Amino acid sequence: MSGIVPEPIARQPWQMLFPLFGLIGFGALVLTSAAAGDFDIYAKSHLIRFVVLFAMAVVISRLSKPLVSFFTYPAYLVILLLLMAVEIVGQVGGGSQRWLEVGPIRIQPSELMKPAVVVALAHYYGSLPVGMIPNWRAILPAGGIILAPMAFVLLQPDLGTSLAIAFGGGVVMFLAGLPIRWFIFAGIAGIAAIPLAFFFALQPYQQDRVTTFLDPESDPLGEGYQITQSKIAIGSGGIFGKGFNEGSQSHLNYLPEPHTDFVFATMAEEWGFVGGLFVLGAFAVILGWGLSVARAASDRFSKLLAAGMTATIFFYVAINLLMVMGFAPVVGIPLPFISHGGSSMMTNMICIGVLMMVHRWNRNAPRTGLIT
Amino acid sequence: MGIFGRRKIGAKPRELVSQTTLENAFNRRTFVIGGAMGGIGTILAARMAYIAIAENERWVLESESNRVNLSLIPPRRGWILDRNGAPLASNRADFRVDVIPDRMNDPEQTLSALADILDLPDTTVADITKRVDDARGFQPVEVAVGLNYDQFAAISVRLPDLPGVVPQRGFSRFYPTGPSVGHLLGYVGPASAEEYEERPDPILITPGYKIGKDALEQQFEQDLQGKPGARRVEVTASGRIVRDLETREDVQGDPVRLTIDGPLQDYAARRIGLESGSCVVLDCETGDVLCMSSMPSFDPNSFSQGIGRVEYAMLRDDERVPLRNKVLKGLYPPGSTVKPMHCMAFLDAGVKPEEAIMCNGGRRIGNRFFNCWSNHGRVDMAKAIYQSCDSYFYHFAQQVGFEKVAEWAHKMGLGEEFDLPVTSQFYGTVPSPEWKLRRRESEWQPYDTVNSSIGQGYYLVNPLQLAVMSARLATGDRVVPRLRLTEDKPKFEHFAFSDEEIGYVRQAMSDVVNGPGTAGRARLPFDDIKMAGKTGTAQVVSLSISDGKSGPWKYRDHGLFVFFAPFDKPKYAGAVVIEHGGGSGSAYPIARDVMTYLFDPAKGMEALRALEEQWGGTAQQRLDSKYRAYAAAAGASVPPVPTRDEDIFDQVEAEARLAARPDKELAEGANRRREDDEASSQISRAPPSAQTPDRQAEAAAAAETPQDGSQ
Repeated sequence: MSGIVPEPIARQPWQMLFPLFGLIGFGALVLTSAAAGDFDIYAKSHLIRFVVLFAMAVVISRLSKPLVSFFTYPAYLVILLLLMAVEIVGQVGGGSQRWLEVGPIRIQPSELMKPAVVVALAHYYGSLPVGMIPNWRAILPAGGIILAPMAFVLLQPDLGTSLAIAFGGGVVMFLAGLPIRWFIFAGIAGIAAIPLAFFFALQPYQQDRVTTFLDPESDPLGEGYQITQSKIAIGSGGIFGKGFNEGSQSHLNYLPEPHTDFVFATMAEEWGFVGGLFVLGAFAVILGWGLSVARAASDRFSKLLAAGMTATIFFYVAINLLMVMGFAPVVGIPLPFISHGGSSMMTNMICIGVLMMVHRWNRNAPRTGLIT
Repeated sequence: MGIFGRRKIGAKPRELVSQTTLENAFNRRTFVIGGAMGGIGTILAARMAYIAIAENERWVLESESNRVNLSLIPPRRGWILDRNGAPLASNRADFRVDVIPDRMNDPEQTLSALADILDLPDTTVADITKRVDDARGFQPVEVAVGLNYDQFAAISVRLPDLPGVVPQRGFSRFYPTGPSVGHLLGYVGPASAEEYEERPDPILITPGYKIGKDALEQQFEQDLQGKPGARRVEVTASGRIVRDLETREDVQGDPVRLTIDGPLQDYAARRIGLESGSCVVLDCETGDVLCMSSMPSFDPNSFSQGIGRVEYAMLRDDERVPLRNKVLKGLYPPGSTVKPMHCMAFLDAGVKPEEAIMCNGGRRIGNRFFNCWSNHGRVDMAKAIYQSCDSYFYHFAQQVGFEKVAEWAHKMGLGEEFDLPVTSQFYGTVPSPEWKLRRRESEWQPYDTVNSSIGQGYYLVNPLQLAVMSARLATGDRVVPRLRLTEDKPKFEHFAFSDEEIGYVRQAMSDVVNGPGTAGRARLPFDDIKMAGKTGTAQVVSLSISDGKSGPWKYRDHGLFVFFAPFDKPKYAGAVVIEHGGGSGSAYPIARDVMTYLFDPAKGMEALRALEEQWGGTAQQRLDSKYRAYAAAAGASVPPVPTRDEDIFDQVEAEARLAARPDKELAEGANRRREDDEASSQISRAPPSAQTPDRQAEAAAAAETPQDGSQ
């Protein structure tokens, strides 16, 4: 960042933006191939969306800390109401749905809820008196902030999103300094609850996904088919891949959802292990930057906010890649910045926007030292 | 896990938390989170490396097997040729359509759509529906062959709406002479589920692939089947073909050349006409089977799609058992046809041809009198043959002992199985004291000798054995029949008879036809070629039920005739057996015309054309019109065909055996049979003379095991 580059440009977080643009551009290539070489079908809208949502992220990054603090709870409540509205509209309309249509725009409140929960929890713990942190009473509002939206999202039913909400919230609570034993107890309780949840909370199709995950051969033409085809795509790509637009698995429709959930397999088939490393590396840089923003933040709210947003993006990436490689059941979670789809792009760009915002805050009010 | 900021639990309820401790905890825990993220990232990278690099080969293979679909091209089946190289079975290019049950979403709807396009009758649709229900896995079911181009195109256009339907260009088996070769060649059909289980070769479930189902088609399967071709195509997950990658042509199966004379086979089959029977002709010098016709028969052309229920019902209900190959599996008492052979046995035992007896309308053997069918006066060997005098055989069989006769019967081919590529042959029975003790557990009695000496009693033979006997008699060689043509001329063992002895019997047999014998009408219409032969009549039911010449068809006598020609230098030998023909008069005209055709086809055809005009067309035409009439009468209410191929014939065989019981009982009990000659109508028929209660009991016991030998 020497003198050649003007300061307003040089101060942008380029170490994150370059990998981000790289992923988006690479995503456009992969999506072109997923549409059998047609740029217009997925890639074009992918890029347009990114431009629009990046503008939104820039706007978010300009927000001031007091403003964010002020609007945190109202925004959270509005999104929670929208979530309820989805449920009600769904009930009235007969059949489940996940979005509200306002004119040409589809709003999926559950997606907005992921960053909203993180912001709300960060705000909650940021403003909680330090002494109250280990107090079990203090966990009740936090629990409410997480569980209320989770309940509604589960009703939709959308297991993936509700887990994402829980994960984001959980990470914020973990970093907020809650006693470690609570997490251990919660972990034990969670493990104990798995069988109950499996039999009583999951829909039959979700149960199938889990059993298939545990034994992919049990259903080679159904749920296991997707995982197997995904592994075939990744495995047959080898080190350097089959080449752009040469993937037979995606072009001949063997790969399910080659442009959304299984976009990584589409990519890996044509770009091989090298392409995979690029994607993983880009995410590592972005997430690492996110954590460094959190560490560099000057107050608890900013720290928790940045870390929570990073965790939310990470959750998408990790679950999607684990699923695509056969380490997790098939849950409908797309790969950020590469998969085609507006909702997840919006969520992730909100996270990016918030991280950029914290980054700006850090610059404007640098940490005075270890002790605030 | 102290580093995670565990507060001292024991030290007072309220833990000490300050901004600093939280800050430290945050930093530590961010580090942990970052570490966890990095860990998962590493795991993912390692996993990907494992799949993409270590397991790369496996997944490339799977990806290829996804992408590339190998579809087999059924090989063209080898032709079956007659001795002159003319096809008895060939292939015809046609358009066909199959369905693969597993790929059909809604079989009923798909089939009805196909039925509309192809205009299929209800019974055919019912057959196909049943086959679809029975089919396992990806086993294809044939819907129709021989489509015209418009039908083929109509189906091809509608393929997207008809999942599981496979229209293709292919070849179907074609038998130019249809029913004439039905029993000889068998037929082809798609492999059954059981056959596929036994040999799970993907070619077996390729639409259009047929395997031999019976007779020679089955026996020569290895030679005929050929090597399938293959077409490698790139397909989408839904099975749509994107492009052709590579095609390997099929290799047609090897032709199989038979000893059969195609035209003769057809002629003989057609000449049998409305009768139910069989005709075998051998080449005496090589043992070549020139014709092996069994009628009525089925049309193997219409079997190649699987047997339709109407056709099957028609064939099954026919009392003339068109599904049984009577040449190999029809067993009949040989009657008098064995007499020349018995004479050879007598000669071998030292009886001189000129030794004579007095036939007084019968002969006393032991303390019982056995009737002859006429009073022949003084009878020597020649007269015994051409006049078919029973008394002569009663006497000399008794004199030399039936062991000797039975030994010669076996040497001459009776009771024997031949090394032929056929699915099964019933070898029948040559009775002897040893055999009776073993199978009937009773002692041989003089009346057994009497009955057996004239080809009755326990005697049962098939027409092929009769033809072989005739060839061996004619040449004095141990002629071995063969069906597959080879260049080498086989060498036969010569029986130890002098030329005079052989000549004597030949002359006597010639006299049957050309002299004062029982088959004067069998004379060939040539001056220079004379046929020798011997008539025989086998009684089916006792005289108290029917006179054997009229009345219900199934009570009439079987007519038999063995022959060879030219009599002095035998080239051809054969046998004709007509079931319930009412006596040998039904058999030898056929032998005469067949031999006429062999020496002069034009003359033979002339005779046949006149007859076919009376009968209402060729065998094929009659079968077709019969089918139409049957189908019209039966409508759609016809029960389905058995699923297993074996059952198709088993059921028929079972009925056939049931029907054969009266034959057998009669053969066991009667020592009477009739001769067919001009004089026979004047013969008064005495009731069987040696009918005693204990023999009737034996007959009943015998009926329980109707076939002495069948495999």
